[in-house]
Amino acid sequence: MTSDTPHSQPVPAASGAPAPAAREGAGQPLVQLKDVNKHFGDLHVLRNINLEVRKGEVVVVIGPSGSGKSTLCRAINRLETIDDGEILIDGTRLPSEGKQLARLRADVGMVFQSFNLFAHKSILENVTLGPVKVKGTKPAAAKELAMSLLKRVGVDNQAGKLPAQLSGGQQQRVAIARALAMKPKVMLFDEPTSALDPEMINEVLDTMVGLAKEGMTMIVVTHEMGFARKAADRVIFMADGQIVEQATPEEFFTNPKSERARDFLGKILNH
Amino acid sequence: MDLLSEYFQSYLTALETYDVVAALWVNIQLTFWAFLCALALGTVLALMRISPVPSFQWAGAAYVNIFRNTPLTIIMTFCILVLVFQLQLNLSDDFDFNFFLWAIVGLSVYHAAFFCEAIRSGVNTVPLGQAEAARAIGLSFLPAARYVVLPQAFRGAIAPMGNTLIALAKNTTVATVASVPEAAGLMKTMIEFRPDVIMAIFATFALGFVVIVIPIGLLTTWLSKKLAVAR
Repeated sequence: MTSDTPHSQPVPAASGAPAPAAREGAGQPLVQLKDVNKHFGDLHVLRNINLEVRKGEVVVVIGPSGSGKSTLCRAINRLETIDDGEILIDGTRLPSEGKQLARLRADVGMVFQSFNLFAHKSILENVTLGPVKVKGTKPAAAKELAMSLLKRVGVDNQAGKLPAQLSGGQQQRVAIARALAMKPKVMLFDEPTSALDPEMINEVLDTMVGLAKEGMTMIVVTHEMGFARKAADRVIFMADGQIVEQATPEEFFTNPKSERARDFLGKILNH
Repeated sequence: MDLLSEYFQSYLTALETYDVVAALWVNIQLTFWAFLCALALGTVLALMRISPVPSFQWAGAAYVNIFRNTPLTIIMTFCILVLVFQLQLNLSDDFDFNFFLWAIVGLSVYHAAFFCEAIRSGVNTVPLGQAEAARAIGLSFLPAARYVVLPQAFRGAIAPMGNTLIALAKNTTVATVASVPEAAGLMKTMIEFRPDVIMAIFATFALGFVVIVIPIGLLTTWLSKKLAVAR
């Protein structure tokens, strides 16, 4: 972490910059973060994060590594605890432990960088486990749902295989289907394409673009600027644990306001 | 040559007087039941040690450290002298069966500590992301452990669990201090009354245990390869 932003300094753009207008049909805030702070030891990894994501909105979080964007994403379903502030999902404060937390997590789909498919279960079982064990869906109905989701992400012909038998791109699409099977209110993507071979990135991004078009609320941490341009309603730029800037993709990529964002974009777009 | 056949004849009469196979069968039964109990208890202990609740973690660790570091003979003697003779805690009205059950208890509580640690080593072979993914689809601790973490942990723990099972099979000889009519006790009796064939008696019991233990080793090696989780 650089030292040019001392801890005492108030957050500049997080609450200052007006959030751009969301697309039509977007509703009330579904995910709210209020004054969220987190430390890893001495490292202040999230600094006074304030963020609202409305229903149906697609928010892309970008920023240099170590900026806290993955931590932010993981904090929203409490895979990371926070030190203070509060996080609300659909108006409900994220509980700290127990069954209530599990129930709320079921409403928040999560896609990981390293897929994390259950290694000992078949592709089909990966998708049906949540509906059957968490929601109490009948196995037959869960299977039907799972097959339709697998078909939608284009891997229904692999249903009987184990995760290790699939390519990275296929595994990540199964992971998306697994999350969708819980019928989540919001989907979190934590660098979903960073562990993929280049030729597999697009198949995953296409699936995500499809989801976005269908109106899924999404928070996507990514380095894929193409996806941000194509599917995002809003781009959030993070650096040093703060939200430095947020704007529409068009505005952010053509006319970034902060020095940090200009610097970052200069580095990633000119190579 | 005469001397050798004479020795062999004496050995055969010893085998006719004492039923070695029946005694070894008792060891096999002790191994089987103590394995089931110790595995069950060890799984519960492992769950406690990986649970998010500090008091459970503490209790699990305390159990393991007490029983893993206590000699089995002391645990077995304690069961018999204190729990049975002093406190009159009987598990069965049948005198011999009571001791048999207490021997299983002693073996189980001792080896549960080792099974717990073997399972925990298996848990360490499961990437953290597996548990995170389980939590992310809304499974709480126990269902996540049951459906995602433990099935993979057991597969990764087959080799160390096999080692513990082998130790358990051989440790069933300690049941002799609980007056269970098993192989080590019979060997002691045979040596006492038939010192003329002492070498053959030792060889017989050694071979008996080798025959019991080798299949366990072969089976666990085969299973650990067959059930390995592809990542």
